[in-house]
Amino acid sequence: MVRTPVGVVAAREEVRRALTGRRRDIGSTLFQLGLLFTLILALCILLVLLGQVVSHALPVLRDRGAQIISSPYSSLPARAGVRYGIIGSLYLMLFVILIAFPLGIGAAVYMEEYARDSRLNRIINANIRNLAGVPAIVYGIFGLAIFVVLLGDLTSSEGVHGKSLLSGGLTIAIMVLPIVIITTAEALRAVPRSIREAGFGVGATRWEVIRSHVLPNAAPGILTGSVLAMARALGETAPLIMIGAVQGFLATQGSVGDTLLGRFTALPTLIFAYTKKAQPEFQDVAAAGILILMGTIFLVNLTAILLRNRYEREW
Amino acid sequence: MADVSTGLGAGRVDLRGDPRRQRRERVVRVALFGTALFSIVISVSIVSALAGGAVEFLRRLGDLGVLFSAKGWFPRSNAFDIRAIFVGSVIVSVIAMLVAAPLGLGAAMYLSEFASPRARRRLKPILETLASVPSVVMGFFALRFISPHVVQAIFPQAQFFNALAAGIGVGLLVTPLVASVAEDAMHAVPRGLREASFGLGARRRATSIRVVFPAAVSGITAALILGISRAIGETMIVAIAAGGTSGTTLHLDPLVGTQTMTAAITALATGSDQVRGAGPAYYSFFFVGILLFLMTLSLNVVSERFVRRVRRQY
Repeated sequence: MVRTPVGVVAAREEVRRALTGRRRDIGSTLFQLGLLFTLILALCILLVLLGQVVSHALPVLRDRGAQIISSPYSSLPARAGVRYGIIGSLYLMLFVILIAFPLGIGAAVYMEEYARDSRLNRIINANIRNLAGVPAIVYGIFGLAIFVVLLGDLTSSEGVHGKSLLSGGLTIAIMVLPIVIITTAEALRAVPRSIREAGFGVGATRWEVIRSHVLPNAAPGILTGSVLAMARALGETAPLIMIGAVQGFLATQGSVGDTLLGRFTALPTLIFAYTKKAQPEFQDVAAAGILILMGTIFLVNLTAILLRNRYEREW
Repeated sequence: MADVSTGLGAGRVDLRGDPRRQRRERVVRVALFGTALFSIVISVSIVSALAGGAVEFLRRLGDLGVLFSAKGWFPRSNAFDIRAIFVGSVIVSVIAMLVAAPLGLGAAMYLSEFASPRARRRLKPILETLASVPSVVMGFFALRFISPHVVQAIFPQAQFFNALAAGIGVGLLVTPLVASVAEDAMHAVPRGLREASFGLGARRRATSIRVVFPAAVSGITAALILGISRAIGETMIVAIAAGGTSGTTLHLDPLVGTQTMTAAITALATGSDQVRGAGPAYYSFFFVGILLFLMTLSLNVVSERFVRRVRRQY
């Protein structure tokens, strides 16, 4: 009598079940739902976060309306506002645009278009990637040591001790520089070689090719990356605290020079200052500030996405 | 433009071109090189500023034993037990990764292996929006929602300011980063591997776990390491929600207030007395800063190694 080995019987049974059974098994479905659940959970957390902010902010905005935007920092919750925070943040964005964008785009153009595979260039490349991973607070300590303490006499007017808008702006610009370089380099890499070769073929120099062909074609990508870097800079708080923008005010009287060299504040640091306060009324003011900050960041991001969708090209 | 006709007239073609054009080319090249070199200047000044201050801190401290023997980290009373805030950072990072690893990897696997292109387009903005939440806002959320409505609801004995709420907040902020790096890694796994697995009769679940996950494991490791690095460097959430404004003792309890390395720096900077001058307190910024810098840098370098290993393979 021939006996079929137990293993073979089991295997046959397994194959028969696999071939005749229902295609979808419970385990797989549960697994897939479990994975989807992580995304749903993230969405719920976002909604709760927004709900929390709005529920705190709405009563204040209803009672005080635009007054919350036009009032400066105050230790009385009924009079506290975010006015100088908004102006300060706008000034900081100016630094990002005027310093981080040109320097970052220049460095990216060099690394992508000029740099040969030399030792120095490899070091620069690795260095930029490492800079992008340095925590924001470390940039704050750097700004404190360099702009506030070392160059304090140059970066601020008397009595400010280096804790000026100029110091803060330079620190923030340097902090987002690696992000601008990396996103710009990506946009430049996306421009096909053939476009450059066509330029060289008609006798253009490297810079002429870059100016007339590479940059215009990479512009949407560069712009998107830069705008995203700006959104990141808008919400950054820790480095500004190190520079000395905790609550303070902004010297808007007098010339632009006075403002640059005077004490400063920004929207996220004001939110931090209000959040830290014990009285519950301040939480509502903080929430109103958060609503303004997140609304702005959302608009900036939306602009970036629209720009990308509008001008993005497939090569 | 070079005058080609005169060149021909003289019997040879001058291919060097207009000297002004060449000069401009050189100037532009040097200027662009200067902007690229600027990043090196930044790195050098960061490292030298931190190192200079850190050395000064150790010099003023005198007895280095204080770093490991004091009763905690209370810079205003000259107690500098670095272990206290280091352990604080580790606790918060571990909690953060307990949140970010399952959420981030789960989301990454769903987006990479299960979602249709249409669903992907719809779902990905969730992570992108989460990534754009400023850390000060997440800190507000951790303090005003996670602490009272989640942590204290589960552990009634928890203090209002606690490391658990801060850690969860940090984890939520790190999740999009983990998800995006891990998804890139899974996306890079060649189709052929999946198709071979399907061909052998494996279902999607078995393929994701047994084929795609192992093939992408170094990229996934990179994502987790990067997450830890980001969690250690995260400042505002901890500064707002973890409490411990004046300092912290060395303890492991996540339900009470604590201070991380990052929060210790901001707490000292926001103090009304504006620490400056003779004591070592001011210079402790730089000492803690350079530790933070070295920790995140080495984690980032290791993470990059892992990413590169994937690239070489396929």
